[in-house]
Amino acid sequence: MNLLKVSPSPHIRGEMTTQRVMLCVLISLVPTVIASGILFGLPALALISTCVVSSIFFEFVTRIIMKREQTIGDLSAAVTGLILALNIPPSLPWWMAVIGCFVAIVIVKQLFGGLGQNFANPAVVGRIVLMLSFGSAMTTWTDPKYHNTFNPLFDGYDDVIASATPLTREFPEARASYLDLLFGTTTGCLGETCAVALLIGGIYLIIRKIISPVTPIAFIGTVGLLSFIYGITDNGVMYGLEHALYQMLSGGLILGAFFMATDYVTTPITNKGKLIFGIGCGLITFIIRTFGSYPEGVSFAILLMNIVTPYIDRFTMLKPIGAVKEEKAK
Amino acid sequence: MRKIKGIHLKHNKNTASCQTEKFPIPKEVLIPMNMNMGANSEPVVKVGDHVNIGDKIGDSNAFLSVPVHTGVSGTVKEITEIHAVNGKCKAIRIETDEQQTVSKNIKPPVINNRDDFVKALRESGLTGLGGAGFPTHIKHNPSVPIDILVINAAECEPYITSDHRQMLEDSDAVIGGIKLVMKHLNIPQAVIGIEGNKPDAIKLLQDKTKSDSNITVKKLPSVYPQGAEKILVFNLTGRLIKEKQLPSDQGVIVMNVSTAAYIHTYAKTGMPLTERRITVDGDLIKKPCNLFVKIGTPVSEILEYAGCDMEKLRKLIMGGTMMGMCAYDINTVISKSNNAVLAFKKTAEKKMTNCIRCGRCIKACPLNLMPTELEKAYYRKDSTTLKKLRVGLCMNCGCCTYVCPAGRQLAQINQLAKNLI
Ligand code: SF4
Ligand code: SF4
Repeated sequence: MNLLKVSPSPHIRGEMTTQRVMLCVLISLVPTVIASGILFGLPALALISTCVVSSIFFEFVTRIIMKREQTIGDLSAAVTGLILALNIPPSLPWWMAVIGCFVAIVIVKQLFGGLGQNFANPAVVGRIVLMLSFGSAMTTWTDPKYHNTFNPLFDGYDDVIASATPLTREFPEARASYLDLLFGTTTGCLGETCAVALLIGGIYLIIRKIISPVTPIAFIGTVGLLSFIYGITDNGVMYGLEHALYQMLSGGLILGAFFMATDYVTTPITNKGKLIFGIGCGLITFIIRTFGSYPEGVSFAILLMNIVTPYIDRFTMLKPIGAVKEEKAK
Repeated sequence: MRKIKGIHLKHNKNTASCQTEKFPIPKEVLIPMNMNMGANSEPVVKVGDHVNIGDKIGDSNAFLSVPVHTGVSGTVKEITEIHAVNGKCKAIRIETDEQQTVSKNIKPPVINNRDDFVKALRESGLTGLGGAGFPTHIKHNPSVPIDILVINAAECEPYITSDHRQMLEDSDAVIGGIKLVMKHLNIPQAVIGIEGNKPDAIKLLQDKTKSDSNITVKKLPSVYPQGAEKILVFNLTGRLIKEKQLPSDQGVIVMNVSTAAYIHTYAKTGMPLTERRITVDGDLIKKPCNLFVKIGTPVSEILEYAGCDMEKLRKLIMGGTMMGMCAYDINTVISKSNNAVLAFKKTAEKKMTNCIRCGRCIKACPLNLMPTELEKAYYRKDSTTLKKLRVGLCMNCGCCTYVCPAGRQLAQINQLAKNLI
């Protein structure tokens, strides 16, 4: 007779696992990676692969050095690497990207205890560290209109043109068209330009119930609303509308709102908390974009809100059903 | 009306159309003395005694206790100690005889008033047949007035259909039992809550209660844990049983539908609780079925009867997949509160990772508890937070553990955490 296994109830388990959650996030970013390949060519795909592989490698090695159980199988390192890759310009030298991955995986994630223990989003910190260390390389943009695989004149990134992202261009003359913003035929980071691809991925995550729609809606909505009001005071209602739409579609907002501000580990756990988080991110992004010296504020906004997340969590605890107020201590 | 939510599970009600069969009298039975919540009984027979069907073989003077009876006639072989799923206890082994004579003492109880009724309930050895095993006579002796009798026919656990079969096969007993309780306890109305996945039972009981304006049948959403006391009462009556309250504090008594039916049978025959209906199912069972079995029947015989592949057996659950208990070995016996025997070839464990703070456990908890926060507080041994987050309210329904992608044992941790506060 074989031994029976004894374990506490429940004796059945749902199908979702950590690995599957991460796999869904990877799948949701496939359209964006494809768009990136089309827009910026094979070197873009090479750079993305470099980030993913080096992130997995760093996680693998750190776990060995720390003598902890191996965790690359949960795919979270691959997700971090991919999201960081989508946040860097196509022309960034590969070794800088690797440094970014090192910061993200080793310093931000593993030194705090690995998956679930880090207080800040590793990809966000990785990007910010790169921005502060290699400011000019991180703001050198390639215009896919002239440099893509389908362009017969394409000859690599040697002649990168340093043009501004849509956010820093002067209004209204040099701005990108809405079509450019939707399909990504404009300058920007590897994965932030093609709004359509990002939205497909974001909606996929919402339908699969991997992320809650609350954060992205609150985040993008707040940026849109504030930009609208700002636009009106500047130049009337029509301009307000245009300005809001432009702000919502450009820069890293959609990428950040759907894929970074929804990171489970570093954002509030209840829906109420997520709402506060999203609005906070939107507010900070708007302020930095409008009044700050950096053209883009999404990463900083997310990082700042990551830091206050434990406090948001504390104020948005749920009230248990049937709980009665505790009697005051005598 | 607002309802407390639940999670969707695969129902697996494979035995919903299986007419209950009478399980053959086993060669011997082993009757445990700890089948009710509360105090264990002490054997009142000696080795060598001859007993008849319905004879009392164990009893106790404790407040929270009920007597134990034998469902077979035969000779007491041994009084021994066993490890039942819910702990160590004495047990009486009885070798059955050919005749199977019914005890002469079995006659319908005389019930003229509430005291008689409550006394009869105790003498019947009845405990809740739904799972927890709370002595029924104590539930039916509340010190405050009750105005609603809630009948639990949700049967939200996957696989189990014994309550469902009870309703289909003997709805008259169900209604008879309800009326008895209403009459003797002076309860003006009753509501029967049935999950929507049993439309035939809903229809049948609705038809049968058409003429009784004070008994209503309500359809409930088929989500787990619809049959948990607090949730059932809220979803049927809108009354919320608060922390540290009993249902009676809200003017409610909750009773399982099979328990109600048994009360009717006992009042008519006087035969104590010695037999019950169980569902036998699981991926190793060739012939899923519903059976009437004698209390104390070894599970091994039941498994054999249902065509279980013993070689592959790894997991044997007494009760449901969400809240049932694992048996240590196949010689475990059927007790009063067992409503199912489920046999599986695999355990359903998941690879455990760190909590990824996905919030699924919080969304899944019907009571709005925060299992992930409770788990962290438990590992910190932080009893203040545990208290503040009301770990005491956790009903061990297992929804949180079920949904957690990181494979954390959240429900179990909550039970351990209760010892810290
Ligand atoms: S086991 Fe407890 S904490 Fe978990 S879902 Fe059920 S009531 Fe909530
Ligand atoms: S469901 Fe599991 S992983 Fe998700 S928050 Fe709860 S404990 Fe953490």
